[in-house]
Amino acid sequence: MKIGVLALQGDFERHRRALARVRAGEPVESVEVRKTVELRDLDGLIIPGGESTTLLKLMEYFGFWPALDAFHREGKPIFGTCAGLILVARDVENPPQPSLGLIDVGVERNAYGRQRESFEARGDADLDGPTSLEMVFIRAPRIRRVGPGVSVLARHKDEPVMAREGSVLVATFHPELTDDPTVHTYFCAMAQRSRRPR
Amino acid sequence: MDGLRIADRKHIGLAEMLKGGVIMDVTNAEQAKIAEKAGAAAVMALERVPSDIRRDGGVARMASVRKIKEIQETVTIPVMAKARIGHFVEAQILEALAVDYVDESEVLTPADEHFHIDKYAFSIPFVCGARDLGECLRRIGEGAAMIRTKGEAGSGNIVEAVRHMRAMTSGIRRLTLLGDEELMTEAKNLGAPYELVRWVGKHGKLPVPNFSAGGIATPADAALMMQLGAEAVFVGSGIFKSKDPAARAEAIVRATTHFRDAKVLAEVSQELDEAMPGLDVRKMAEEDKLASRGW
Repeated sequence: MKIGVLALQGDFERHRRALARVRAGEPVESVEVRKTVELRDLDGLIIPGGESTTLLKLMEYFGFWPALDAFHREGKPIFGTCAGLILVARDVENPPQPSLGLIDVGVERNAYGRQRESFEARGDADLDGPTSLEMVFIRAPRIRRVGPGVSVLARHKDEPVMAREGSVLVATFHPELTDDPTVHTYFCAMAQRSRRPR
Repeated sequence: MDGLRIADRKHIGLAEMLKGGVIMDVTNAEQAKIAEKAGAAAVMALERVPSDIRRDGGVARMASVRKIKEIQETVTIPVMAKARIGHFVEAQILEALAVDYVDESEVLTPADEHFHIDKYAFSIPFVCGARDLGECLRRIGEGAAMIRTKGEAGSGNIVEAVRHMRAMTSGIRRLTLLGDEELMTEAKNLGAPYELVRWVGKHGKLPVPNFSAGGIATPADAALMMQLGAEAVFVGSGIFKSKDPAARAEAIVRATTHFRDAKVLAEVSQELDEAMPGLDVRKMAEEDKLASRGW
């Protein structure tokens, strides 16, 4: 299985390290994606944390807008963390900015405040069974609206912090900064299941 | 991390989020807006850019509170600010303002010639400059969540940043080759904490992100530092002292992403006007060198 990590800017290296810890039924290879052609033979894509405004500019300039749309239409899974969530959400506030609209949630950027307000916590998740996750929130966004087709997979203090709609998975926190491979394993399973027989 | 006392994971995490990005020096809200629009991953608020500090002389201090607030109100990306080496009260003020990162910086006039700030005492993260592995590990030992090369700020000359980055990476490589019995002596020679020396020897990298600063003036300079192992770059005078700040800022952002792709580097460089004027570091008087501040 080949999972791409969008490497225009952000913590792509930590996602690759997290993918290296996944034990799926088959080997998981990870690659950095800086050009749209590199999306071609992937089974799934992670859009990492970083600065969403920076990522937006680079995605526009290097033609990722239509390419990611096409990737999504092929049914290939996308996992967005933090800035990655902001980029795939339906609507964004604080301030409003363009997004791909691949998952029907509304998010508020920097919703807890600045770095001084960044924090770690534990929250409950249901990823093919109930579990508890270590969560690192860094200048994190908050999911303010969850559309009818979206399932909430994890909560922190009753607030949704991880959600999924079809092939799109999002989290406001950073599972890649912990040693726990649960979330990445879940995403790789999504990629495995989405693959059509070849 | 392996029982190591270093900065908080959430603070090192913010540095992780800045990787592959460009952090730009800005002196007012208008410049901050230009930087953000060009795709900066963060801005660094300061009173004067390094080349002006160099020209004007005198004491360089933390930026004014009014300026920092103005910049914070203007952009949504992280806002960093510089404090003088050892000036923990400037850092306390920056903490009260909730800046996202404090740069304990040799570009400002040091406030203490013996001690750097105890960075564990703060709820916000610090970045510190270093010239070699020993200096870098001392700063990490004090709680820095990110390291950058010092380079020679305001010179428009990349040679010192290259020297510092090479010194760090070859120092790291050397540690990985040493036997366990050699590490204590190496820690003594480096003047660095033993536990950190051991950690670096075992992992072959620093426990915090390593960025580059001090002399980056062109997209090629940024890509050079990235190819030498920097994980992101700081650009100071290089942008707003050039003839085309907005275009240059944008080009450096793209070059930092595609730092290994010479075709992209050529493409982003082709429309640029003149870079900032540069200085020959070899002709600089010892007391004019900013990199020798801090230890």
